[in-house]
Amino acid sequence: MSGLSGMSGLKGTGDRKGFVRLEKRPTPSPLLTVLVPALSVVLALALGAVFLAITGYSPAKVYSAMLAGAFGSRYGVSETVVKAIPLMLAGLGVALAFRMLLWNIGAEGQLYMGAFAASWVALSHPDWPRPLLLTAMVLAGAAAGGLWGLLPAIPRAYLGVNEVITSLLLNYVAIYWVDYLVYGPWKDPRGYNFPLTPPFSPSAQLPVLGSTRVHLGLVFALLAAAGLYLVLRRLRWGYEIRVIGESPLAARYAGMNIARNILLVMFISGGLAGLAGMAEVSGITHRLQHGISPGYGYTAIIVAWLSKLSPVAIVGVSFLLSALLVGGYSVQTSGLPAATVSMLQGAILFFVLGGDILINYRFKLGSRRAGSTAVDRPARGPAVGE
Amino acid sequence: MTNTVEMRGITKRFPGVLANDRVDLTVRAGQVHALLGENGAGKSTLMSVLTGLYRPDEGEISVDGRRAVLRSPGDAIALGIGMVHQHFRLVRPFTVAENVVLGDRSLGFVYRRREIQRKIEELSSRYGLRVDPGAKVWQLSVGEQQRVEILKALYRGARILILDEPTAVLTPQEARELYRTLRRMADQGQAVVFITHKLEEVMDAADVITVLRDGRNVATVPKDETNPRELARLMVGRELSPEKPKEAVECGGTVLDLRGVHVQNDKGLPALRDVSLTVRAGEIVGVAGVAGNGQRELAEAVTGLRRVEKGKVLIAGADLTNRSPREIIDAGVSHIPEDRLGMGLVPGLGVHDNVILKDYRLPAICSGPLLKPRAIHARATELVERFDVKVAGLDSPVRLLSGGNLQKLLLAREISARPKLIVAMLPTRGLDVGATAAIHQMLLAQRASGAAILFASEDLDEILRLSDRVAVICDGRIMGEMPAEGADVEEIGLLMAGARGGRA
Repeated sequence: MSGLSGMSGLKGTGDRKGFVRLEKRPTPSPLLTVLVPALSVVLALALGAVFLAITGYSPAKVYSAMLAGAFGSRYGVSETVVKAIPLMLAGLGVALAFRMLLWNIGAEGQLYMGAFAASWVALSHPDWPRPLLLTAMVLAGAAAGGLWGLLPAIPRAYLGVNEVITSLLLNYVAIYWVDYLVYGPWKDPRGYNFPLTPPFSPSAQLPVLGSTRVHLGLVFALLAAAGLYLVLRRLRWGYEIRVIGESPLAARYAGMNIARNILLVMFISGGLAGLAGMAEVSGITHRLQHGISPGYGYTAIIVAWLSKLSPVAIVGVSFLLSALLVGGYSVQTSGLPAATVSMLQGAILFFVLGGDILINYRFKLGSRRAGSTAVDRPARGPAVGE
Repeated sequence: MTNTVEMRGITKRFPGVLANDRVDLTVRAGQVHALLGENGAGKSTLMSVLTGLYRPDEGEISVDGRRAVLRSPGDAIALGIGMVHQHFRLVRPFTVAENVVLGDRSLGFVYRRREIQRKIEELSSRYGLRVDPGAKVWQLSVGEQQRVEILKALYRGARILILDEPTAVLTPQEARELYRTLRRMADQGQAVVFITHKLEEVMDAADVITVLRDGRNVATVPKDETNPRELARLMVGRELSPEKPKEAVECGGTVLDLRGVHVQNDKGLPALRDVSLTVRAGEIVGVAGVAGNGQRELAEAVTGLRRVEKGKVLIAGADLTNRSPREIIDAGVSHIPEDRLGMGLVPGLGVHDNVILKDYRLPAICSGPLLKPRAIHARATELVERFDVKVAGLDSPVRLLSGGNLQKLLLAREISARPKLIVAMLPTRGLDVGATAAIHQMLLAQRASGAAILFASEDLDEILRLSDRVAVICDGRIMGEMPAEGADVEEIGLLMAGARGGRA
């Protein structure tokens, strides 16, 4: 009688009055598919406001300061765009993997490895002509990120080892590897002992837009989004990804090579994150240094979910979360802890995941009705950790 | 005779569906009452209302003349209403006795084994439900497990016993033994209701028959005053033209040739043991057997989805043992899997994406790495029209299709590849009469055009009607083979139950 225990669980303490039932929708509600992510952001901000108020800040003031920080000045807008670039690239990579039910939590490490490889090329061939050097850095960065993504993919494809754990743990390896380099062998002798490498030569730096910090990486990111969209919609390979993501059993039945696709998808997923790392060192810091990413690889997961894995939506959502980051930095001067932004990000993800149930189920107020519809299945697992 | 249960004007709605529409049903003690109807006619919903799983939107129920409000299965049990579900709810590592008393609140703190066993044995002998109370459930056959389910209900004091499609998992012999048990219970004053869509079963076992169609009670008749033909008409709502007898087809050469095949199931236990079987072009070989005796593994071994441990799989003369599913698809093998939605079709994708599941890499559908949307659309439109698949839209997820339309779509795709060999597993399970007939016609048309067909079904009548040859499978072994024409149902039943050699 397993179905019954589920129902009594929903029913709570057995009070039959005003008892709320869940009914599975025949189709996911299209309106809510859009509304839930939007509403999640609003609710997260509301929750944040409660915390701000409790800790003695005026939510209105903080939020307007954040808004002003992100969009109120030329510098703010430029920073918002700059920080959207790695989010977009890593977010696209993560979304591609998620499409195939590969829970790549390793974008952060893949980004670091991309930054490392690109820096290596930049530092060892400072005198190459700019187009050649930049091309080599792009290829090296993407390849390194891709290989880092491949590491958890191989045991997953052939032995069924859960990639959530392996990809997550490899982040630390990558971060500490970069730390080892910038604290050790690659440290700039003239850097006053700061953990960073010598600056790249000008030909290793991505061109920027006018006097802003917006660099060519934006074009990479937009091209990647368009590319991913076309792959999923128009390519035979994208079709395989969609089938495998929807039903691995059907994919096997249709003769698709699932193991090969796992490797390929994780390589490209990691490669996009690696490209983000390359763009950061080549476009922003112009050197490899400690902490080149404030968690872009993790925020990318939120970007991907908030966008419902749609490449087009990822472009917009990246700007949104980037604005949140930039706004967060700008209010830190007024004494707010940096963790405020992390909290808001977490709350957004929380509401998006929680809201998924509204897309697949509808609530029904059934007065005095003993659970007439069992919840036959949980919503199609949106949880990252599934 | 008292009216033990009276359901009056029961209406139950689900989103978009009227499952029960003002249904009246009277069940009397001492009677075996059959609830007959096609899939989706509302039989299970009605019984779920009676067992407290669903609350009706309208209507009332009285038990022994008193108005009853059933809020939960607990309420139903308290009123003496017990249910035996189609899928058993037993704890496999536990003994029969432990399963029977499981959840019994009156049990107290101490488990009085001997007393419980005695009580169970008493019930067993009273109703002829042979089963050893000390045996572990996993050791029991399906038929014995069903008896445990019945004992469970009786132990809780059920006076009204409801069985949901009880014979679906039984051999003909086991089914007959079940009928005897039901009769005995009725004779001793119980009320028995069983749900079914099989006409023969109703005529064999019931006293009174209620036919449901589209959620309505279309007739309640004593068995003696009706006949299968009338019941079929009531059930379907129109006169059924008897299915065309299959035309004679000249058999060609051997297409599928299995030689001493051994495979394991998902748990690593032997699932097929030394299976040798051939299917020729233009021939239908039906695999008869109780579900779970290796049919699924047989299909998967042929289609490359399961590793062959020993033995050979030859298709059209070529040794394709342990080749990839793709190589086997390319060799001209179509597969209608047991698991239609999830394996045969991708539930979340639309008709467009599902019709190209196997052909997406062929030049007709893609040029180089690019898919051809127009070709895909043409293919989808053609298949849907030619095979009369009812769809809301070509892009809405196929999981929204009804069972019959799903199967038609799946078969349409598999047949359009002009296969040499079709492996069809339980192709009509859960389908209504109309869809079943359509599927049969599709398979027979393939046979006529020279395809070799290996098919499995839980329905022996279907196997005998459709097949040229019958192979009986039990516990992973082919127990015997015979021409379908003039095959002895008794013998097949014995072979299904594992009696080697049968009467031959």
